[in-house]
Amino acid sequence: MRWYVVARILSILPALLGVSVAVFLLVRLIPGTVVDQMVGTEGAYSEESMRALRSFFGLDQPIYVQYVRWLGTLLRGDLGVSWRTGLPVFEMIVSRLLVTVELTFGGMVVALAVGVPLGMLSARRENTALDHVVRVASLFSLSIPVFWQATMLILAVSLWLNWAPAVDFVSPWTDPLRNLAIIALPSLALGTAVAAVFMRMTRSSLLEVMRQDYIRTARAKGLPEQGVLWGHALKNSLIPLITVAGVQVGYLLGGAVVTEEVFTLPGVGRLLLWAVFQRDYPLVQGTILVISGLFLVSNLIVDLVYAYLDPRIRYG
Amino acid sequence: MAEALRNRLALVGAGIVVAMVLLAACAGVVTPYDPTEMKVADALKAPSITHLFGTDRFGRDVLSRTIHGSRIALGVALSSITIAFIAGTLLGLIGGYAGGWPDLAIGRLMDVLFSFPTLILAIGIAAMLGPGLDNAALAIAVVYAPLFSRVARGPVIAEREKEYVFAALGLGAGPLRVVFRHILPNVLAPLIVQVSVSLAYAILTEAALSYLGLGTQPPAPSWGTMLNEGRTYLETAPWMSIFPGIAIMLAVFGFNLLGDGLRAALDPQLRGR
Repeated sequence: MRWYVVARILSILPALLGVSVAVFLLVRLIPGTVVDQMVGTEGAYSEESMRALRSFFGLDQPIYVQYVRWLGTLLRGDLGVSWRTGLPVFEMIVSRLLVTVELTFGGMVVALAVGVPLGMLSARRENTALDHVVRVASLFSLSIPVFWQATMLILAVSLWLNWAPAVDFVSPWTDPLRNLAIIALPSLALGTAVAAVFMRMTRSSLLEVMRQDYIRTARAKGLPEQGVLWGHALKNSLIPLITVAGVQVGYLLGGAVVTEEVFTLPGVGRLLLWAVFQRDYPLVQGTILVISGLFLVSNLIVDLVYAYLDPRIRYG
Repeated sequence: MAEALRNRLALVGAGIVVAMVLLAACAGVVTPYDPTEMKVADALKAPSITHLFGTDRFGRDVLSRTIHGSRIALGVALSSITIAFIAGTLLGLIGGYAGGWPDLAIGRLMDVLFSFPTLILAIGIAAMLGPGLDNAALAIAVVYAPLFSRVARGPVIAEREKEYVFAALGLGAGPLRVVFRHILPNVLAPLIVQVSVSLAYAILTEAALSYLGLGTQPPAPSWGTMLNEGRTYLETAPWMSIFPGIAIMLAVFGFNLLGDGLRAALDPQLRGR
């Protein structure tokens, strides 16, 4: 297991390097150079000052030199300075990271709490009306845009409960109850589509497991159906769910951007959008890099948990 | 799920998709108003007989805009997924058939693209290319191409070892002919399922990009843009937000049902489940 953990942790390095190259090249997709963009919005500049600006940003160097320089500062934990605020990008992101992580976590909790029991129910009642309803409902849930669902939730609570979502975010360490009240609705909006994925996965996986020989043995030795389900089938059927959970973290992180926007939560996603519209490229690069890093690390954790639970992986 | 029900649901999905395509094709004829015509006197009118879905802040008819929105949704979804399908499948075919370093290089490139959450990558690309319909389509294509590459590669590796491939090669067929005439038709089934599901995701992604202001730009009636415009009037004119959202949901639901049915029809392992 130790070697598997080491190998898996090391395997994240090329992925991170690849992501850094992609993020670096992303900014080179901009028509013209960064300097043209800046000058374009801020009036006429002489050719000489344009050259000076290009040299200041290192744009007169070959592209691989630019990348190596950028990577060097990155490895020192320096994501550069925001063009608009003058603040270090790293600090700006860290101060908003909690919201995004909490929202993603909240979405995952909602998805598991709703999806797994429904999937179990659907599998236990295979081919009944209830099963059909749950399955169609899950496909329907997958079809609802996160931001629309969030908007409709706001509309519903404001119409029926006469309650408006809080605008000011409070950290869970300052006021846990208030924080929960703020994060609950966005988590619900974010988590339901993933709940549908978990429901479908739990259902098919449980059905698969229930057809195995060891389940027949458990039944043959006289174990009641509940005992078969909880004691033997459920644990094994949840293992494939863990891999799906890893992929879904990516969906949740992406969805968090729009959810933060709808609920005006001060997270990394909203920071990314702000940076995009301000054409603050170091900030765009930094936020995308951090969100993707979070995605890779959460996938790593998921893989390690998977290997821990399923010995065939680590010895395979 | 019983096969009969799944087939029925797939039919419902196909029905929704066909209806949407017809509406998009005939949008100019069936809509009661010009989708971009502003009548300030009619601004923010609630749904009524004259305006079934109400009007927006410029007095534009929400029903006409919603119907015209299907053109943009379908247009972007079809163009982006066509690019993603061609590029991704091509890369998957090359990697799977050639093996060796081309496979390794393509695989690593796809891994990098998979390392980003899809919407984040789409936002990044759309942001750098600049807001707009074409750029949003291109961003969606880049994001979904790796899926097709991965779906194509696996079966190609299995197929290239089969006797009919050796037979074709023995008869003097070149690698291009073998890949496109002999292997491709045999690996198409999972790709077709992927197309249907990806069309659903492409519609969702376009709507999200437009909602965030990075996709279709006003006054074009994209569902995402309409939802963005409706945000400010959520409590006073909720119809601006409700109807375009239902349209997105129905369109995506149609493609999802169709994809689910196709998967069941094309994957023998799922039959009777």
